[in-house]
Amino acid sequence: MEHAAIKANGLEKWFGEGEARTLAVQSASFEARYGEMLYIVGPSGSGKTTLLSMISGILKPDGGSVIVEGKDLWMLESDEIADLRLNKIGFVFQDYHLFPRLTTAENVAIPLILKKMEWNTALKVALEYLEIVGLKDRAQLPPVKLSGGEQQRVAIARAIAGQPDILVLDEPTASLDGDTGRKIVEFVKTNILNDKRCIIIVTHDSRIDEYADAIMKMEDGKIIGVERNRALKGVGE
Amino acid sequence: MPGILKIALKLLVNDKSKFAALLIGITFAVFLMVMMMSMFSGILARSSSSVYNIGAKIWVMDPAVNNATSSIPMPDYVLSAARSIKGVKYAVPLYFGGAQVKLKSGAYQAVTVVGLDDATLYGRPDLIEGNIENIYAENAFFVAKDAEFSKLESPKIGTEFEINDFRGVVVGLAMVASSGLFGVPTLYTTHSRAVTYIPSTRFTTSFILVEPKSDADIPYIQQQIKKLGYQALTRNEFVKKISDFYTYKTGIGMNILLMTAISFIVGLSISGQTFYTFILENLDKFGALKAIGAKGRVLISMILFQASFTALIGYGLGVGLASTMIILARIRIPDYAAQVTYMTLGFAFVMVLIIAGVSSYIGVRKVLQIQPFDIFRG
Repeated sequence: MEHAAIKANGLEKWFGEGEARTLAVQSASFEARYGEMLYIVGPSGSGKTTLLSMISGILKPDGGSVIVEGKDLWMLESDEIADLRLNKIGFVFQDYHLFPRLTTAENVAIPLILKKMEWNTALKVALEYLEIVGLKDRAQLPPVKLSGGEQQRVAIARAIAGQPDILVLDEPTASLDGDTGRKIVEFVKTNILNDKRCIIIVTHDSRIDEYADAIMKMEDGKIIGVERNRALKGVGE
Repeated sequence: MPGILKIALKLLVNDKSKFAALLIGITFAVFLMVMMMSMFSGILARSSSSVYNIGAKIWVMDPAVNNATSSIPMPDYVLSAARSIKGVKYAVPLYFGGAQVKLKSGAYQAVTVVGLDDATLYGRPDLIEGNIENIYAENAFFVAKDAEFSKLESPKIGTEFEINDFRGVVVGLAMVASSGLFGVPTLYTTHSRAVTYIPSTRFTTSFILVEPKSDADIPYIQQQIKKLGYQALTRNEFVKKISDFYTYKTGIGMNILLMTAISFIVGLSISGQTFYTFILENLDKFGALKAIGAKGRVLISMILFQASFTALIGYGLGVGLASTMIILARIRIPDYAAQVTYMTLGFAFVMVLIIAGVSSYIGVRKVLQIQPFDIFRG
C-alpha cells in the first residue's frame, strides 16, 4: 500500500513568550503510509514528540496542516478531533499511563467503553486483545502487578483495542532493557502492523532500527532526512 | 450504568484511603449539621408543646408574652369582652403556673400546673387512665405521662402529694403530644383549684382560649382583641412567635446557626481538599483519557459522578449516624430534645450538594486545564 495515512505540510510550532519564544518544529513536511512502520528519531529536544503530538491531533500547530483521511485535522471542531483520535489513532505513552485502580482487562477496555460499547462486551473484546499480546492470564490483575514489558504490552493492547488505523508509540523502549525493548518492537511489527495500519514510533533507541520500514531524522526542530525502504532519501521525497 | 461511570466509580472506590477520607469528611459534616439542626428542631418543638397539647384555635394574651410558660395574667374583663365579640363561639380562661410538689419520698419537684376552665375543661388532654369527671373530685389532678413523668416518681391513680401545703391526689394519667422544654412534669386541674392552691397575682387568667364560629371569623376576632390592647394569635401564629423568640432573642438560634456553618466549612474543607488531591493524583490518567479521545463532557460527567456518589453515601451515613445517636440518647435520656425533620434532611442534603458541587468544580477546572500534550511530554 502506498497511500498516506497522515500527510504533514509545513508544520510549525513555537513555545514560550517574548524573548523566551523558541521554534520547536519548523517547516515539517512528510507522510506516514499504511503498512509502514515509521520511526521518528533524533536527539533529545529535536522536536520529535512535538511533531508526533501535532500529527496525532493533540497539539495544535502554529502553522501548516495535517491531512488525515483527506481532511485537514486542525480545521475540525475539538469534538471531531477527539472523535478522530478515538476512532483512528491509538496511543502508547512513554510512561504507559495505565490506571492502577483498574484491572488489566478494564484498562484495555477503556477505548471501547469511550466508544460506548456495553461493559461486559468491552471486557470480552479486551480479553481478545490481551490474548494477542499474550497476557490473557493477567487480565484480572492490576497493572502494578505486571513487569515493565508486560505493562508495555497492556498499553499496546489498549491502543489497538479500538482498532485504529494509526498507532503512535512514544519511546516504547525507553523504560525497558534492550532485550525486552527489541521483543516489544518485534511483536508490534509482526502482530500489529498490517496493510491497513500505519505505525509511528518516536525513539532514540538505535538498537531497534532493524524493524523500521522508514526512519525520519530530526534535529533542532527540522526534518533532516527520511530513509524509506532503508535508503536515505531527501526531505519530503 | 454507562461504562465510563463504572470506570469513574472503580477509580474512586478502589482508592480506598482517599475514598474513606472523603466519606469521613462528608459523613462528619452531615452528622454535625443534622445533629445541630435536630437539636434546634427539638428545642423549638418542645418550646411550643403546651400550645400543641392544649390545642385551642385562638390564644389571647398580653402582647409582651413570648412563650406559653411565661404568661402575663390578664384582668377578667378581657375574658368578658372576648366572649362578647361577634364570631366567638366560646372563650374560656386558662391558668399556667409553676409550683413545687412534695412527693411521697419527701423530695421536692418543680411542676407546671395547667388550670382548665371549670365548666368546659376546654384544652383538656386525652386520658390514658382515669375518668375525666374525676377532676372535679377533691384535690384532684391529672398527671401528664410524658418524658418527665418519672420525676414525680411515676405516680399511679390514687398517689398523693403536697402542693403548696395542699393535698393533691392523682386521679388520671394524661397523654400529651410532646414534653415541655424545661424538663418539668405537668399537672392538670381545674382553673379554680389552680388559683386556690398556687400563690397567684391579682389577675389569674394567663391565656384566654377562643373557639371561633368559623375560620372566617378569626381576622375580625383578632382585630377586636387588638383594640382591647391584647393580642389574639392562631395556634400556628403563637407557635411561630415562640419559635422566633427562641431563634432570634435567646442566642440559641445564632449558636446553632454558627455550629451548622462550622460543620459545613469543616466538611467542605476535608472533602474539597481530599477530592482535589484525588484529582491531582489522577490528573495524568484524565490527561491520558483525553489523549485517547475522551471529550471534555465525558471527563466532567466522571468527576461529577464521583463527587455526587461520595456525597450521597456520606449523606446517608451522616444521617444514619445522627439518627442512631439521637435514638441512643433518647434511650438514656428520655427528655432529650432532638428530632430529625424533613426540613433538616433537606437542608443537610442541599449543603452536601454544595460540598459536592464545590469539590467537583475544583476538580473539573483542573482536569479541563490538563493538555494531552503534557502526557506525551511526561
